[in-house]
Amino acid sequence: MKLIMAIIKPFKLDEVREALSALGVQGMTVTEVKGYGRQKGHTEIYRGAEYAVSFLPKLKIEVAVKTEVADAVIEAITSKAKTGQIGDGKIFVTALAQVVRIRTGETDGDAL
Amino acid sequence: MKGNIVKKLSLMGLAGAGTLMASAGCAFAAATPKIDSGDTAWMLTSSALVLLMTIPGLALFYGGMVRKKNVLATMAQSFGATALITVLWMVAGYSLAFKGSNPFFGDLSYFFLKPLGLTAVSGTIPESVFMFFQMTFAIITPALICGALADRMKFSAFMWFMGLWLIFVYCPIAHWVWGGGWLMTAGALDFAGGSVVHLNAGTAALVTCLVLGPRIGYGTENMAPHNLALSIIGASRLWEGWFGFNAGSAVTSGFNAGMAAAATQIATAAAAVSWAAVEWIINKKPSVLGMISGALAGLVAITPASGFVDPTGALIIGLAAGAVCYTSAVWVKKWLGYDDSLDAWGVHGVGGALGAILTGVLASNAINSSAHGWLYDGNIHQMVIQLEDVGATFVYSGIVSFIILKLIDVTIGLRVSPEVEVEGLDINLHGEIVR
Repeated sequence: MKLIMAIIKPFKLDEVREALSALGVQGMTVTEVKGYGRQKGHTEIYRGAEYAVSFLPKLKIEVAVKTEVADAVIEAITSKAKTGQIGDGKIFVTALAQVVRIRTGETDGDAL
Repeated sequence: MKGNIVKKLSLMGLAGAGTLMASAGCAFAAATPKIDSGDTAWMLTSSALVLLMTIPGLALFYGGMVRKKNVLATMAQSFGATALITVLWMVAGYSLAFKGSNPFFGDLSYFFLKPLGLTAVSGTIPESVFMFFQMTFAIITPALICGALADRMKFSAFMWFMGLWLIFVYCPIAHWVWGGGWLMTAGALDFAGGSVVHLNAGTAALVTCLVLGPRIGYGTENMAPHNLALSIIGASRLWEGWFGFNAGSAVTSGFNAGMAAAATQIATAAAAVSWAAVEWIINKKPSVLGMISGALAGLVAITPASGFVDPTGALIIGLAAGAVCYTSAVWVKKWLGYDDSLDAWGVHGVGGALGAILTGVLASNAINSSAHGWLYDGNIHQMVIQLEDVGATFVYSGIVSFIILKLIDVTIGLRVSPEVEVEGLDINLHGEIVR
């Protein structure tokens, strides 16, 4: 099993979610985060007080998937979240040791 | 000039009542003094409007501009000031501002408002209404100072400052200009408080931010407003409420109030336009904060002039205020480096002084029979009086505010500890947060 964490531009969420649904991925966790990579921030000015803001709003999506579908999921996220501009984000994949569905107690593959 | 009109009308009212009694030839007790229900209705409304300027106008305006960790504490200052000043005004403030014949300080003849009966009259309205109307001015004036001390003052020190400042700074200056004191006698023109309210509070604000020192991280840390939407709503409340402030200072409902309302709207809008225009040219983008600050500068500058100028005068004052206050709030502040957090001096102090001076220039006898200005009436001497008003207010407010602050500082301390300042005032001073 893999835990796939993707940092994407916020407006891409719906497209990514639809694509993952089509692949049979039935759940995800989304967090609002701030971050930067090589994308420049912006400058805010309030009555002469200037603030260079390097952190930009992003979304972090986390999905737990069976290893067999991991590559398809990564491909789906990559193609839907891409705009071609700097700041599209990154995907991090880690090995998932254990999964439990709380309601039923099912584990691992049955819980995904 | 309110006081003179009030006195004349009171005497006329009493003379009228006396004549009525004599001609009726009756042995009844004195007839109830005559009040005008139109004037009274307007003045009751004006009082509510001016109160609205502080709560929630000022509370929202300032609250939106501070960082989220201090929003409740900032708003608490407006609410706290409202509550405390109301009580102190009732106890002694009204008396010290409006009673007594000493040219510099009022007296305590109306201590606890004891002599203020149900049927007491002030001009054409119940005196209870006049007292309440003036109370709302006494509330907002010290509350304006919050702008300079944002994010770093103890609530206890703040409340002490509010109370002492009301008694020792606001009441005397109000007495000088409106309560029969020396500036009123000299003929100073201040319709609704350019010097009594704005220059006064603005000067105290400047002194306060210098005494307190800058916020930790000023100049390096991100102190961007946490929610300008709140500030926009607050500024709008201030704009709307200001009609009670300016048009209500006619103390009657009629021609003077009407022209004062028109002048207020024109000047405010003109200032918003001129600030936005200057900013658009310099920064390539007009900001919303700039537009509302411009509007506020216009409101401040038209305050002393509102009942004395014609629409053209109002337009000129507004256009000037937007540009001048932009300069003081943005450039001068950056250049001199003081942390007037929310530009209380830059907008209220400078705007108030500008307005007071332009009042002397643009006041017109055709608009208000008690005024003789420079441009329309050829009375250059009015400029001398206006400058005296500005100078005296600045010096007195500056010195006494400084003394009060130092007194509080050596007794209970003015500023919160660095740990409290960094973590935030809301949780530390009030035990509450917004999520």
